[in-house]
Amino acid sequence: MIAPRALWRDPDLRPVVVASLTLSLAVGAFGVSFGVGAVAAGASVAQTCVMSLLVFTGASQLSAVSVIAAGGSAASALGGALVLAARNGVYALTMGRRIEGSVARRLVAAQLTIDESTAMSVAQDDPRRQRLAFWITGAAVYVCWNLATLLGALLGGAIDPVTFGLDAAFPAAYVAMVWPQLRTSRGRLAAGLGAVVCLALVPVLPVGVPILCAALAVLVGVPADPGTTGRTDAVTGEVDG
Amino acid sequence: MSWSLVLLLAAGAFGAKAIGFFLLAGRDLPPAVERCLALIPAAVVAALVVKDTFSSGRDLVVDARVLGVGVAVVLVARRVPFVVVVVAAAAVTALARQAGWT
Repeated sequence: MIAPRALWRDPDLRPVVVASLTLSLAVGAFGVSFGVGAVAAGASVAQTCVMSLLVFTGASQLSAVSVIAAGGSAASALGGALVLAARNGVYALTMGRRIEGSVARRLVAAQLTIDESTAMSVAQDDPRRQRLAFWITGAAVYVCWNLATLLGALLGGAIDPVTFGLDAAFPAAYVAMVWPQLRTSRGRLAAGLGAVVCLALVPVLPVGVPILCAALAVLVGVPADPGTTGRTDAVTGEVDG
Repeated sequence: MSWSLVLLLAAGAFGAKAIGFFLLAGRDLPPAVERCLALIPAAVVAALVVKDTFSSGRDLVVDARVLGVGVAVVLVARRVPFVVVVVAAAAVTALARQAGWT
């Protein structure tokens, strides 16, 4: 691994460090809300913190807690939360091919595979920065999410992130992260199709399923490119002979 | 809330991540599959953008987030640093809410 000071001195990585810390602070605000909401829904402080430590996928946790708070059954809370968690499996298909090392190391990486770490990683140009961005963002978000959960669970009613517009911080961050994917026509096609599929399905399918269906937009990659030789790959920038 | 719910959710969430992580790792895949996998970030991150901008549960809504994300698109296109993009989007959304737009 690389010492934090070395990360900061690397002019290529400093923007990644700043970006992941920014994102982690926004994540932290939602972690506080989760802590508050979970305790309000009847979870103990220990259960709330264990959930953030082990589940570590915010949308699933918030959804499970809101179902329980609304008087729903444990089964429906679990079902909805697991559907939301399934998208991390899709991210992991991509990240599993980029992160190397021992099984233990890759199991840790799997636990850190979430929206933020994946999106930050794929926005980088070369494989080294992709890996470092993944680890930096995953670790920063993990620390912030768990500290904030504990804080929220202990303190109860705190700030409402929505008042500060922090719910818009996430789509704004994803705009920045998807931007490099739009350099190629095929990337633009997959992004456009994914967005349209997701929006079209939001009203008709359970929360979490539209994102999974949006992943089917990658099928635009099936046909070989017109003028196949020497094309530039949509994501990695590698020339594909 | 029961411990069994907490632990089942933890097992399921980690299971999804771990299966995905090891399923295709280190395998040689047909070029068409490689091309599709390379497009996952484009498709899914674009879907995250529109979901987090226009949805509230299962409802499609246009609210103050649209202004914030719109500002983000303009700033990203102008290559403004990430931190500025995120802070500006949150600030614009918060101000729009202050001004009475939910």
